[in-house]
Amino acid sequence: MYDLLNVKGLKTAFKNNNQRVSVVNGVDFGINKGEIVGIVGESGCGKSVTSLSIMRLLHDTTGDIQDGKVTFKGENLLDLSERSMRKIRGKEIAMIFQEPMTSLNPVMKIGKQLMQGIILHLKYSKEKAKKHAIDTLKSVGIPRAEDIMNEYPHQLSGGMRQRVMIAIAMSCEPELLIADEPTTALDVTIQAQILELMKRLQSDRGTAILMITHDLGVVAEVCDRVIVMYAGRVVEEASVDELFESPRHPYTKDLIESVPKIGERKSRLYSIPGHVPNPNQMPNGCKFAPRCQHAMEICFNKEPELTSEEKRKHRCWLYQQNNVGREQNLGSK
Amino acid sequence: MGKYVIKRIIGIIPLLVVVSFIVFLFIHLIPGDPARLIAGKEATVKEIQAIRHELHLDEPIFQQYLIYMDGLLHGDFGESIKSHIPVMHLIGERMLPSIELSLLSMGWALVFGILIGVLSAVFKNRWPDYGGMVTAVSGISLPNFWLGLVMIQLFSVQLGWLPTGGADSWKGYIMPSIALGAGIMAMIARFTRSSLVQTLKEDFIRTGRSRGLSSMTIVFGHALKSSLIPVVTVAGLQFGFLLGGSVVVETVFSFPGMGRLLIDSIQLRDYPVVQAELLLFSFEFILVNLVVDLLYGFLNPKISYET
Ligand SMILES: Nc1ncnc2c1ncn2[C@@H]1O[C@H](COP(=O)(O)OP(=O)(O)OP(=O)(O)O)[C@@H](O)[C@H]1O
Ligand SMILES: [Mg+2]
Repeated sequence: MYDLLNVKGLKTAFKNNNQRVSVVNGVDFGINKGEIVGIVGESGCGKSVTSLSIMRLLHDTTGDIQDGKVTFKGENLLDLSERSMRKIRGKEIAMIFQEPMTSLNPVMKIGKQLMQGIILHLKYSKEKAKKHAIDTLKSVGIPRAEDIMNEYPHQLSGGMRQRVMIAIAMSCEPELLIADEPTTALDVTIQAQILELMKRLQSDRGTAILMITHDLGVVAEVCDRVIVMYAGRVVEEASVDELFESPRHPYTKDLIESVPKIGERKSRLYSIPGHVPNPNQMPNGCKFAPRCQHAMEICFNKEPELTSEEKRKHRCWLYQQNNVGREQNLGSK
Repeated sequence: MGKYVIKRIIGIIPLLVVVSFIVFLFIHLIPGDPARLIAGKEATVKEIQAIRHELHLDEPIFQQYLIYMDGLLHGDFGESIKSHIPVMHLIGERMLPSIELSLLSMGWALVFGILIGVLSAVFKNRWPDYGGMVTAVSGISLPNFWLGLVMIQLFSVQLGWLPTGGADSWKGYIMPSIALGAGIMAMIARFTRSSLVQTLKEDFIRTGRSRGLSSMTIVFGHALKSSLIPVVTVAGLQFGFLLGGSVVVETVFSFPGMGRLLIDSIQLRDYPVVQAELLLFSFEFILVNLVVDLLYGFLNPKISYET
């Protein structure tokens, strides 16, 4: 049990041509107050859908949540009415998205967009909201905050826009910030600044952050704990140090392997062979088995459970107790 | 912004000169000799010559144009060949009812068109959408004179609530404005719907939802403004046409508008009136376009007024 957010057995499916396709399939994880947790995994593994499900933001899609529990401060968000949920969104849990170019309303001044949430959630008067908005902009490192209040998003650079997004998200002092690939669209120096800013916000205000990314560099930089997802499932969970030091799941190992390292000359970048299974043609057994170098017979027949080992968790037959194949496979790499 | 408007208004002047010349040329290329028409069938060649001279028809065409423009600049549109009433006066008494009727038709076409469009977009592929789009398709496909006749039959003949025609009181404007506005409303509804459906898929809408904004705020406060550019475009165009008057609807409701005046004067070959009307329509169209351009800038801050 974590003291801020607990996701249990979350299952989300999309309807495609009258066929339900589960893209998030029984995801379990949790976040403590003030903690930075990363979710990593290849494109399409369901990271964004997981975060949208937590926020219940699947309105404009064909997706819906089939099963599971999302407990935030002891309350199951999936039981709330849309009206009560709106009071959580932006106030208790805020979100920032990958594309700072398109995530702000292009025809509304920054100040108005920022103040809208402040007035709605904190019930401030206009003047007070304006002052708070300017303060928030300053706190995320935006110079000439007063001027920027009267500017439109297209007048700002990508990095500045992402800072504005963070300001909007932080303006009502949420307890949890979900950041869905907040730095992917930015160049490297700006990326580092934004990560620095997020780390600072976390340590100054104690905001917990769920950092969604497919960049292990980002994870190493900011996260306390990491969740590795594959094909709509959690396949491994560990603290950052443990994960990089001794990854358990072959998928995690491959992910770490495929990160290009500075100073290391390789004729070719390592990439994981094969590709992510299509959600409507999932293999039986372990979803990673067809791409796994250590796959055994059982891997193709039966899906392993997410199993705890001290403080970490993994979903792999190689580490399951009473597994016959254990000894012969552990040392094989 | 103020500077931009002044610049645009100054920019209209050369446009007007070109348009006026084209209109002038057109009128004079139409077969038929106005002098002969004025003089009547029995007139002698000499009489016709005299009238020609009086109307400057014997001068080279460019000279005639300059004479005409000189008159215009002094507020003189000439006089009707038929009734000898000054053209200014003829048009003056038709213009106001026409403008009022256009504004009214446009006004409710906009209000109801946008409303139906928004409802259809928000409830996409559910019954309010189907209802709205059936209304829209009917509005486009029903001929406006038929709609006019049906309304007269119902509200004037059967129920006796509204006058069958004329522009003597505000009641006379109700049915013609509905007949004229129905098609435009339908068009506006469809443009609003498709544009809003597109906008609602944008990322910033999801951002808005993630901040806890209500659907109401999202649709009216965020999405609608970005969706209005195509709507303003059609509305402007249609308003331009409306100002020109509609012969059919004006005839059905015996409404004293510009459309009928134009047709009457064309049939009578009353050149000065036709010419003045065409000039006026062009001017109105250019003006409406200017307003539309200014609205674009308001709706999309990326459009700059600088250059
Ligand atoms: N609106 C939608 N309609 C239908 N299917 C969707 C929709 N959104 C996502 N999916 C499907 O859900 C699966 C998971 O998508 P998701 O966006 O969560 O991936 P992701 O892990 O965030 O990937 P990325 O790193 O590319 O952002 C994908 O197979 C995708 O095709
Ligand atoms: Mg994603």
